[in-house]
Amino acid sequence: MRGLNAAAARASPPPARGTDRHAGDPRVKKILVGLKRVVDYNVRVRVRGDGSGVETDGVKMSINPFDEIALEEALRIRERGDVGEIVAVSIGPAEAQQQLRTGLAMGADRAILVRSDRDVDSLTAARMLLEIVRREEPELVLLGKQAIDNDNNQTGQMLAALWGRPQATFASKIDVGDGKLTVKREVDVGLETVEVDLPAVVTTDLRLNEPRYVKLPDIMKAKKKPLDEIDAAELGAEPDDGIRTVAWEPPAERQKGIMVEDVAGLVAALKDKGLF
Amino acid sequence: MSKVLIVAEHDGKALNPSVAKCVSCARGIDGATVDVAVLAVDGAGLAEAAAAIDGVDRVLRIDNPANEHLLAATVAPQVAAVAADYTHVFGPSTMFGKDLMPRVAALLEVNQVSDIMEVLGPYRFKRPIYAGNVVITVEAAEDRLLVATVRTASYQAAGDGGSASIESRDVDAELPGHSRFVKLEAGSSDRPDLQTAPRVVSGGRALGSEENFELIYSFADSIGAAVGASRAAVDAGYVPNEMQVGQTGKIIAPELYFAIGISGAIQHLTGIKDAGTIVAINKDAEAPIFEVADIGLVGDLFKVVPELKEALGS
Repeated sequence: MRGLNAAAARASPPPARGTDRHAGDPRVKKILVGLKRVVDYNVRVRVRGDGSGVETDGVKMSINPFDEIALEEALRIRERGDVGEIVAVSIGPAEAQQQLRTGLAMGADRAILVRSDRDVDSLTAARMLLEIVRREEPELVLLGKQAIDNDNNQTGQMLAALWGRPQATFASKIDVGDGKLTVKREVDVGLETVEVDLPAVVTTDLRLNEPRYVKLPDIMKAKKKPLDEIDAAELGAEPDDGIRTVAWEPPAERQKGIMVEDVAGLVAALKDKGLF
Repeated sequence: MSKVLIVAEHDGKALNPSVAKCVSCARGIDGATVDVAVLAVDGAGLAEAAAAIDGVDRVLRIDNPANEHLLAATVAPQVAAVAADYTHVFGPSTMFGKDLMPRVAALLEVNQVSDIMEVLGPYRFKRPIYAGNVVITVEAAEDRLLVATVRTASYQAAGDGGSASIESRDVDAELPGHSRFVKLEAGSSDRPDLQTAPRVVSGGRALGSEENFELIYSFADSIGAAVGASRAAVDAGYVPNEMQVGQTGKIIAPELYFAIGISGAIQHLTGIKDAGTIVAINKDAEAPIFEVADIGLVGDLFKVVPELKEALGS
């Protein structure tokens, strides 16, 4: 029953490009990393007073933390000599250039902004990334497991499906082999190890690594690195409005609790609630 | 009329409790029929278990040697192949469903509704975003197949007593060989399952070490509770990652939850906000955990927990 997916079989890896070269051939010539611009994780997000959406005016924006982990992992793979070029890609408004510049300062070689001024749904994002994949021919696409704004946790899996390639989601360890990866995944009962052929999509979980801080000289250097802009319409993926958000509200509040003085008070309160 | 297909999560031996929770969610759609797809190597026993869940109309038994390990790349084409008979395809928002369902959705060329917490209509649902700080209502196109994951903490498991028919299906789908299972390292524990236990005791960074975490295990064992931990305790290496409770770990809804030495970062609170009663024990009176706790006690956990075990434990 286990036939090879012929459509997904790739003839030969693309020729190496880029400027960052190491002695010997890297196992992965190119990694594509997705960086989404989201409300910074420290911001306590609130629903607008009139319930028309989420208050995002003037709040701090950052790289989605899981995507930052994805980029850090790409950099570490390169530091081990296993990758030639790292390309960061973002889909978003012109301001997403800021996040791409941060990615370049962290160490990505170049960046691509797919310019879109409206919110992009997961399926469309996956279709756009697939088009970038066709142009760039990376052997590995690294994405965060989810964006912390809509918490969808979909784009990586969707890209892998459309591309007809393996997915290793929620990665907590990645070993690069010849033409394949061994990935430890965080699952509900513990850690699952899978082996996937390249090219592949890997989505990153929290414990994969701790992203580095950007240093000032790197920010200066990043200004000179190439950042190309592509209009989203040029990629041919029409936005999909099969699922629309029609209302926003704050979550239900829990009722105010009580404070007890000591263990005896706690035990009495638990018994009072019929819990013991 | 709505026809819902639920993809059953299992470990080859038993159904995961998430199946019966997905059934409860699907039953929330008026007049819907609810089928369960069991993909396994030999799914005889699993299909019987699914047929016995109250509210299930039919079980699709899809046997295939490739289903020994339920890798998304192998399961998704099989689910997509049977999806055409349905209006809705649901999976749980466990790691299994989160991995699988978007791959199914993309093969069917639709978007996915993630983490349904409330059914408002066949094509209208509530779901959390921004780590649960905002709840949105989404409307899906009625002329398309709807793929969704069910936020299991929002639903009680459907009971037993069903007697659904079981239908064996041969699925003709090309399955890729590019993804291979290597091994599973599961925490071996005789304790209750964290995701379904009615009582959970969690410890945080204040425990200070792996050795001190014994205090949490010992109290939990004395009251028959499962054991969880905050992200800080996991990151500090006191306990393995599968014990993490919170937005990026497990989202749980026990009847009783003890947060011990946990300050209450927003991502942890997201994981417990559906708990029945939250008890917080922390020496910092300003800790945010007290804002959500039903019963709070400011004190030194190393003194309080042994006393509590003495008073409540058996």
